[in-house]
Amino acid sequence: MTGLYEEIREQPGEDVPTRRITVTVNGQTRKAEVEPRLLLAHLLRQGFALTGTHTGCDTTNCGACTVLYDGAPIKSCTMLAVQADGHEVTTVEGLAGSSELHPIQEGFKDEHGLQCGFCTPGMMLSAKALLDRNPDPTEDEVRWALSGNLCRCTGYQNIVKSVLWAAKKLRSESAS
Amino acid sequence: MTQAKDEIKIGGLGASRKRVEDNRFIRGKGRYVDDIVLPGMLHMEILRSPLAHARIVSIDTSKAWAIPGVRLVLTGEMMATRNLAWMPTLSYDTQAVLATDKVRFQGQEVACVVADDPYIAKDACEAIVVEYEALPVIVNPTQAVAQGAPLIRDDKDNQHDNVIYNWEVGDKEATDRAFAQADRVSKLELHYPRSHPSPIECCGSIADFDRSTSKLTVYMTSQAPHVIRAAVALVSELPEHMIRIISPDLGGGFGNKVPIYPGYVMSILASILLERPVKWIEDKTGNLISTGFARDVYLKGELALRNDGKILGVRMHTDADHGAFFSDAQPSKFKIGLMHSAFSCYDIPAAHLTAQGVYTNKAPGGVAYRCSFRVTEAMYFQERMVQAAADDLGMDQAEFRRRNFVRDDDFPHRTPFGFLTDSGQYGKCLDVGLEAIGYADFLREKEEAKKRGRLLGIGISTMTEPLGAGNSREYDILGMKMFDSAQLRVHMTGKAILRTGAKTQGQGHETTWAQIVAHELGMPAEDILVEEGDTDNTPFGLGTYASRSTPVAGAAVAMVSRKIRAKARKIAAHLLEVSEEDIEWELGRFYIRSSPERGVSIQECAMAAYSNMPDGMEPGLENVAYYDPPNLTWPFACYIATVEVDPVTGVWDVLRVVAVDDCGVRINPMVVEGQIMGGLTEAYAMASMQFITFDAQGNCVGSNYMDYLLPTAWETPGYELHEVVTPCPHHPIGAKGIGECATVGGPAAFVNAVMDAVKDTGVRNIDMPLLPDRVYEALTKRHDVSGAPPVKTDD
Repeated sequence: MTGLYEEIREQPGEDVPTRRITVTVNGQTRKAEVEPRLLLAHLLRQGFALTGTHTGCDTTNCGACTVLYDGAPIKSCTMLAVQADGHEVTTVEGLAGSSELHPIQEGFKDEHGLQCGFCTPGMMLSAKALLDRNPDPTEDEVRWALSGNLCRCTGYQNIVKSVLWAAKKLRSESAS
Repeated sequence: MTQAKDEIKIGGLGASRKRVEDNRFIRGKGRYVDDIVLPGMLHMEILRSPLAHARIVSIDTSKAWAIPGVRLVLTGEMMATRNLAWMPTLSYDTQAVLATDKVRFQGQEVACVVADDPYIAKDACEAIVVEYEALPVIVNPTQAVAQGAPLIRDDKDNQHDNVIYNWEVGDKEATDRAFAQADRVSKLELHYPRSHPSPIECCGSIADFDRSTSKLTVYMTSQAPHVIRAAVALVSELPEHMIRIISPDLGGGFGNKVPIYPGYVMSILASILLERPVKWIEDKTGNLISTGFARDVYLKGELALRNDGKILGVRMHTDADHGAFFSDAQPSKFKIGLMHSAFSCYDIPAAHLTAQGVYTNKAPGGVAYRCSFRVTEAMYFQERMVQAAADDLGMDQAEFRRRNFVRDDDFPHRTPFGFLTDSGQYGKCLDVGLEAIGYADFLREKEEAKKRGRLLGIGISTMTEPLGAGNSREYDILGMKMFDSAQLRVHMTGKAILRTGAKTQGQGHETTWAQIVAHELGMPAEDILVEEGDTDNTPFGLGTYASRSTPVAGAAVAMVSRKIRAKARKIAAHLLEVSEEDIEWELGRFYIRSSPERGVSIQECAMAAYSNMPDGMEPGLENVAYYDPPNLTWPFACYIATVEVDPVTGVWDVLRVVAVDDCGVRINPMVVEGQIMGGLTEAYAMASMQFITFDAQGNCVGSNYMDYLLPTAWETPGYELHEVVTPCPHHPIGAKGIGECATVGGPAAFVNAVMDAVKDTGVRNIDMPLLPDRVYEALTKRHDVSGAPPVKTDD
């Protein structure tokens, strides 16, 4: 159970096994008491109210729930919250500060890399994982890195441009 | 010229303005229905039928009720006591909310559980025991009309077979005469397979009934919230002013979020019974197997041809598989949608279409998946028939089209089935496309490649399609006329709030509607806040689907802005102390004709509307416009794809895609191009991999994203976009619909390209999706490949 479910339960049911976990989310240490079967995506969304992580397909295909797990992109809809115990998770809410956007976010806006916005957080986090390890990717490398994230609106061309835009900006920032 | 320059600066017409809505989406601050949490909210899950056709013998919910945290278990029997077991559909049929007598498709709603959290609700669904008695299953129209076929809709009085309708349009006698005069007749039979729009976000709702105020608020994934409000009022006997539908951010729609689904109704009833907010969020399998599908139409098509390449007549018969309930979302009087818009870009003297619709044991729906009511099927059939006819005549496919196009000076033009088209430069679009792809060079390259055993192909698809229903004389849904609306409130300081009856789902209304106001009033687009989706504070409109937003709601935005400008002109005359006749307008400013240096800005007029209005004038600067378009808009498109087919494996790769779109005046070119590329991708998806079908037992194959393949960034080709601009003669700013053109016209370009590559086999058709094994079968067995269900499965 997350805190949220506890709160609305008027008559607690029979004891369910729970486990206390500690997860570093966007740089902050968060604790939660969870059922072992609780999915990480649900912990983030309902437990920590980080609703930028979306769930689309429940089968690890669409990638809307992509977050960074110790820096690597994973699908949080098919990972258990307890598996994140002692690990670092970055969600879309951790990409930028309150006023300043991350260059990937700027790139998506500048190159019209989103329409309905539902896949966008996962798409941006996969892009971040790519650019963290490969600051100067080719178009094919971008397409391959994003192939675990489905988008129904854009046809990807502008998403690829967005990531290349961000890569360029990040390179110029690190050069100066 | 200065006006045009200023207009781009203020984000008006033609500006590729960056999108306003992106500011929240890129921060993960969009507010989709599943993001909304209300105090005391409960969670609903649905138990679905594993069988496609079966009598329900018994349902035992006792174990579910016994699970701690379960608040409510609903079955069809309980719904029936409240007269809610069945609901009306958008096509004057009925649909089961929860099954009472029998289940009629796999995935049909059988029971639902409301619990403290969704995990408990799922546990409880699994604890419900349902005993079924299996019945024979129907999965295609041939089975549906066969002698002795089981009756699917035995719930309906006077329904003695599985036929829903027989419908026809056109002139049979004239068409028969045309065929009698023909030098030859080109025939083609094919199936436009069932597909699913599959937005990444599934459907969902939060119903919140407040007993103390008697007000029902429903947050809902809806592309048409006002239609939903009216429908709920008609069905539930709740008064309409006590129903508030809020459609928050939508994670894509593509037609899937137009209908009313049982889940919505159950969440509403559960909230009324429990007096708590009840959230229902569908899972992907639920979405794919139970909600509005698209297509699933069979064609028998014939073209009467003269040897010089002139088409004399067209005959079409379509068989549509509507699933277990006729719940198509389309204008009421057109049983097979706007199928008769086929061949609208060609000058053909005679045409006749007959259509039959049947019930089968498959999910109901028939939504316009990124489509204006079956025009996707119409244009696919048209362009496949056109290519087959060109091949039959041994004529170049581009030249064949050109010979039959409606000419630029032939507008207005009555189409073969009776629509009135009003504008277009079809030949020019084709020329731009051929030039861009390097047509002659490719044909040479193709011949060269053939000598080395390589199979190259080129496919063309050209079409004009009817977008933006109404007019309201002909187009209504359940009697609701298909107009749309806009309300504009200009505040004292010259900032404004615009609200429309449409509902954006990625199209960018928050950005582009402000651009129309900027164009009409000369206010910077950034000074205009656009809001949609809340029926309590937006004017009534029919919603966003069928590419109708820009043609209808967008026109309403222009018209309400003009009403505002007309009042501002009176205020300007008052401020400038001249008569209204002496006032001229330029972007954002009224001035005195005789002394142009004396003028007032639109912002000064706004201030005066609240602080210094003329004597006798009603204060304020607000208005509302309801727009009923005089006609549909008719964009034109030419899509050309080149492909290479691997003769050993049947795998085909897209080499290039050229798209030439003429959607009239473009409000925001960046957004228009985004729409086109998205549409092309769905076209490619349907042509290549989106595969949802049924086995002989009615099991849905393609019920999750592991089986129902959507293209990723890796497979999706790159696109080369071009434009031609023929303004719409009746739209206030000359715009036409665009959102769906590429999805409608695109599939035929890909399929025609593959068929062109394998032409030497003599194969006339491979049904979509052109999976490698189908192409391989065509190459090796040299016969047409049908994709009609039932599909063979291993078990």
